[in-house]
Amino acid sequence: MTTPLLEARNVNKAFGGVHAVENVSVSLMPGEVVALLGHNGAGKSTFIKMLSGVFPADSGQILIDGKSVDIRSPHDAQELGIETIHQTLALADNLDAVSNLFLGREQTDRFGFLDTEAMEHGARQTIERMRLRIPSLNASVRSMSGGQRQAVAIARALHFNARILIMDEPTAALGPEETKNVGLLIQELKRQGLGIFLISHDMHDVFQLSDRITVMKSGRLVGSYPTKELTQDDALEMIILGRKPARFAAATA
Amino acid sequence: MTTVSQPVSSSSKVLPRLLRAIGGGHADTRLMAMVGVLALIWLCANILTGGVFLSPRNLFNLSLQVSVVAIMASGMILVIVTRHIDLSVGSQVGFLGVLGGLVQSVWLPDSVHAWWIASLVILGGGVFIGLIQGALVAYARIPSFVVTLGGLLFLRNAAYELNDGTTIAPLSEIFQILGGGQNGVLGGPLSWLFAFVVAGIVVGSLVRKHRRKRRLGIQKPLQASDYFSAAAWCACAFGFVAIVNSYNKPGTDEPMGMAFPVLILIAVTAAMTLVAKRHRFGRHVFAVGGDPQSARLTGINTQRVVLKVFALMGLLSGLASIVLTARLNAAASGAGTMMELYVIAAAVIGGTSLAGGAGTILGGCVGALIMQSLQSAMVLLGIPSPTQSMVLAGVLVVAVWIDTMWRERRPS
Ligand SMILES: Nc1ncnc2c1ncn2[C@@H]1O[C@H](COP(=O)(O)OP(=O)(O)OP(=O)(O)O)[C@@H](O)[C@H]1O
Ligand SMILES: [Mg+2]
Repeated sequence: MTTPLLEARNVNKAFGGVHAVENVSVSLMPGEVVALLGHNGAGKSTFIKMLSGVFPADSGQILIDGKSVDIRSPHDAQELGIETIHQTLALADNLDAVSNLFLGREQTDRFGFLDTEAMEHGARQTIERMRLRIPSLNASVRSMSGGQRQAVAIARALHFNARILIMDEPTAALGPEETKNVGLLIQELKRQGLGIFLISHDMHDVFQLSDRITVMKSGRLVGSYPTKELTQDDALEMIILGRKPARFAAATA
Repeated sequence: MTTVSQPVSSSSKVLPRLLRAIGGGHADTRLMAMVGVLALIWLCANILTGGVFLSPRNLFNLSLQVSVVAIMASGMILVIVTRHIDLSVGSQVGFLGVLGGLVQSVWLPDSVHAWWIASLVILGGGVFIGLIQGALVAYARIPSFVVTLGGLLFLRNAAYELNDGTTIAPLSEIFQILGGGQNGVLGGPLSWLFAFVVAGIVVGSLVRKHRRKRRLGIQKPLQASDYFSAAAWCACAFGFVAIVNSYNKPGTDEPMGMAFPVLILIAVTAAMTLVAKRHRFGRHVFAVGGDPQSARLTGINTQRVVLKVFALMGLLSGLASIVLTARLNAAASGAGTMMELYVIAAAVIGGTSLAGGAGTILGGCVGALIMQSLQSAMVLLGIPSPTQSMVLAGVLVVAVWIDTMWRERRPS
């Protein structure tokens, strides 16, 4: 068996009294799409935020290529090749698409002055390659629609040659065609060997795109199974009741 | 696929297009509106004062007064852009001025090096104050309003304590040059040279823009608006030099020319505009102001950005303190009293949004010009000082009101 691209072992995170993530262990293989499902407030976003360096885990271990790593900041995660499309998109509304795409990682000369042309050129290429639709690269993101803003966030995550891509509800605001494009994109990235965490409430997308389905409820891991072996009803049962489908429960007991 | 949508042209949009043209192709109608307001104020003031307001002498003095406020406004703009405020800048000016005065006349009297050592102490002190306040805001998470209100009180009284409230005068002769007195001016020929240098830079940047766009394969690299704005800048430079050159040193027929504080202001404005628009640091400042949480998620060290912004504010307060102290040729603990209000007003009138994330350095300069022009006009008209302050207070509130309406009308 190959070593997982990313592995989380017994990760915990509490906010005051709320145990948002409790003893969660998940692994991600190269070229694998793992869907993370669960109710609102199940702890999905909290879990992936520990991977993308928003805040450190209270306890537990994160391994990349089998080696234990310490992710203390978004910068650390980016260095490790982890790119995240946050649920909130993490865009600065007052800046334009190009600025947002390179935010925190601007191309500059030796003295820190921005190379706007290079960045605009790079942004244009990425956006075209991803077949995304962004009306104007130089208009402030505030003036864009929800879907266009999402396109900017997706372009940003894919511009820097990620090895691990985390998508927290990436298609929530996209139209049907754009959603389909993102689906194609995921399949393409998978072929290139990226590992992808996909958080989505859209069962159809999840079953079409993922290789494995992992369900969380109230911060705990309910179960993780190959998508092929699950029916949509199984998945719903896990999400709603927070327990493994009967036939798996028997097998693992 | 990227498509850039072009606004539909219609003849009913002549005014916006004209304004855009003056702004150099960017739809900075806001700045142009302010320039319009300024022109109106000048015109009215000139009529009311019977032509005194627009006399070379008054404009020369106005340029000196504006320098102090506008130097600080460029820093305050970045502070406000990050959603903070610095109420202590006036007290910083007073405190740092006394500090510089002590260096010159008590610690190093009669030294030819006193002027630059004092200047360095003032600038370093400013940065130090900024770092402390910035650390309290960014890392200790105390609201900037509270930290700098404390700074306002602390520094003003520390300035008093430093020298028992007595005024230190006179200061080093060389130091006085920085304030733009009779010796602190360029004189006629050098001022004209300066205007030519500005014109050269403007034309040079026009040529560079043309080349760059050509290389990118753009058919019509320069718009009429580009030529117009270049011409406007050159006109400003030559116009200003013509005015200050027609003001002679008292008792002679030697022209004063550009004063050093104005040169410092121009340098600061150019540098700060570059930092705000073209430098990574400025980009991060605007990102933090636009959405602090998002900025953090993208890996920007938002706390360090805030710390640096306050340190920069301190540096600029120091610079302003040098100019003011040198101009007055005296270091008094009361110098710069109420100046925080002028500086904040200049920033806000100049289009800096108190909600954060928006503002331009040039706008702050125009804002400072508007504030100082109003004050200068009122002084010339013999309006008593308390009334002046009341009027300026009203102007500030109305400016914020107009700003609010402006932003509601144009969400982007
Ligand atoms: N910064 C925070 N401070 C305090 N509590 C938090 C914080 N972030 C999340 N929580 C709590 O942690 C729990 C899990 O939240 P999380 O955002 O991870 O859910 P989620 O599974 O992503 O839900 P959704 O599907 O709605 O996005 C919730 O109870 C939430 O209130
Ligand atoms: Mg979530």
